Amino acid sequence: MEKRATFSSTTIGLLFAAPMLVLIFVFFYWPSGQALYWAFTLEQPWGGGNTWVGLQNFRQLLMDPYYWGAISRSMVFGLGATSIAMGVALLLALFTDREMRGHKAYRSIFIWPYAIAAPALGLAFRFILAPEAGFLSLINQIWPGLWNPALDGTDAMIAVIVAFSWKYIGYNFIFFLSALQSIPRSLIEAAAMDGSGPMRRMWDIQLPLLTPTLFFLLVINITESFQDSFGIVDIMTQGGPARATELMVYKIYFDGFKGLDYSGAAAQSIILMGLVVLLTIVQFRFVERRVHYK
Amino acid sequence: MVERTPIFNAICQIVLFIGLLTVLLPFVIVIVAATHDIRAVNTVPMSMVPGSELFTNLHEAWVRADLGRKLLNSFLFAGTVAAGKVLLSSMAAFAIVYFRFPGRMLMFWLIFITLMLPLEVRIVPTYAVAANALAPFQAILNITGITWLIQTVSGLQVKLEWGLLNSYTGLILPLVATATGTFLYRQFYLTVPDELAEAAKMDGSGPVRFFVDILFPLSKPNMIALFTIMFVWSWNQYLWPMLITTDPNFGIAVTQLKHLIPSEFGLPDWNVAMAGTLIIMAPPLIVVILMQRWFVRGLISTEK
Repeated sequence: MEKRATFSSTTIGLLFAAPMLVLIFVFFYWPSGQALYWAFTLEQPWGGGNTWVGLQNFRQLLMDPYYWGAISRSMVFGLGATSIAMGVALLLALFTDREMRGHKAYRSIFIWPYAIAAPALGLAFRFILAPEAGFLSLINQIWPGLWNPALDGTDAMIAVIVAFSWKYIGYNFIFFLSALQSIPRSLIEAAAMDGSGPMRRMWDIQLPLLTPTLFFLLVINITESFQDSFGIVDIMTQGGPARATELMVYKIYFDGFKGLDYSGAAAQSIILMGLVVLLTIVQFRFVERRVHYK
Repeated sequence: MVERTPIFNAICQIVLFIGLLTVLLPFVIVIVAATHDIRAVNTVPMSMVPGSELFTNLHEAWVRADLGRKLLNSFLFAGTVAAGKVLLSSMAAFAIVYFRFPGRMLMFWLIFITLMLPLEVRIVPTYAVAANALAPFQAILNITGITWLIQTVSGLQVKLEWGLLNSYTGLILPLVATATGTFLYRQFYLTVPDELAEAAKMDGSGPVRFFVDILFPLSKPNMIALFTIMFVWSWNQYLWPMLITTDPNFGIAVTQLKHLIPSEFGLPDWNVAMAGTLIIMAPPLIVVILMQRWFVRGLISTEK
């Protein structure tokens, strides 16, 4: 889309864009470029010389079983949290969209979790899921030692997944409901006239029309699971016990700022950037073309 | 709906009710836990009847996490990020939509790409830049030989330095530097009728006047929506503020949560921890409840 009436002064145009451009240059392009540079060099922490080492940082990383561990844990976390958050949100949105009694209240309350900061809900869930106080401790009274996220890696992973998906139920709900509301009512009424029940209409009309939203949310949820998980992990488990919840961003933070291994952290950043960019491209290229019903 | 399906409706209502419980229960538990004393909060199962210690706990959390100062910082921080975002993105989008100059499309893509990589992903190098925000320019001067030129001509060594660690600027600027709002504004400007710009030009107004007197007032709904989501988003930031503010004077509320975790060998005073959580999570929640329409609208139009 182009404007018919435009202004011709290049100087003023550039001046309007300048603040944003300077900011993204300093805080986006420069650091990204620097990450690339560091990934191929060996850098002494906090200044000092750089030596060119080619792909050595990457080779070292890919030989490191801990790094592969972080990748596979991020995948488990991302897929687990995404499927719970999207599944629950979809169900709630489909039913809220039927506009039964109280749907207005549901519509606003289901959004609330998304307003909460990840670390805040991390602390709340740390209490709720604590093995010695809180609520899941009831399980331990019946079967002693069954649930303990502080010692058991699987339990810890379940705890962070639960906390993260709780927040993103709110996020996904907003998008699902707005997509459902943009489906023309006449379509659903016509289907009802033809004798299809509500379940059938959800399966054959609403779900297919939701596919673009579904794919869009899938990509966003997975990218968010890379970044927004940091606060939850840092408050709930600090990557433990025994690295069981050390996700990719947490490992970058840990290696870069605690271990002062700039080059290793930069190489990890580059791989993560690659992953995120790949996901975005998949979303823009593949999904937007294949899944289109208008 | 269109037909009578009493059984299915009942199932829906039950599922929705379970959903409601799932969403509300954590809030309720946090609030109830914040009213108990340390003994009651640690009994298993915790009683869901509120205790009477709410204000003692709130006060204790307030003092322990220095929330007076930290909440003020948080409001400043989130408010400025949101305002900065609104201002800068409305201007950048104006340049992209209403001007024709060489490199306009390149600019568009340069801004667009920033959507792809969130701050958390490139955290290490961004932190290094924040240590000296002028480092990129210094490097450019060094590479192009200008530093050398100035040194030989005037004998002065050019050393640009502007550390942003432990400052409001460092806290705020990197978070403003993304494209989120620019696209919201671009979409909006494209829906503004061309006749308006034509009429304004005919009446002799230049671009600045058109922007201030016509586009700015027209974009008010847009502005509120963007401000709302950016406020909530920046209030909830954690990793960046934690790294950049080691000086407690500049700390924000969310990063204080870490000081509220009961330590493993100390008292398990979850009641105070939950009281602190309650205070810290309240502002964005209140914003979302009060501004729900704008929040939803902003969220949907920025992401799509």
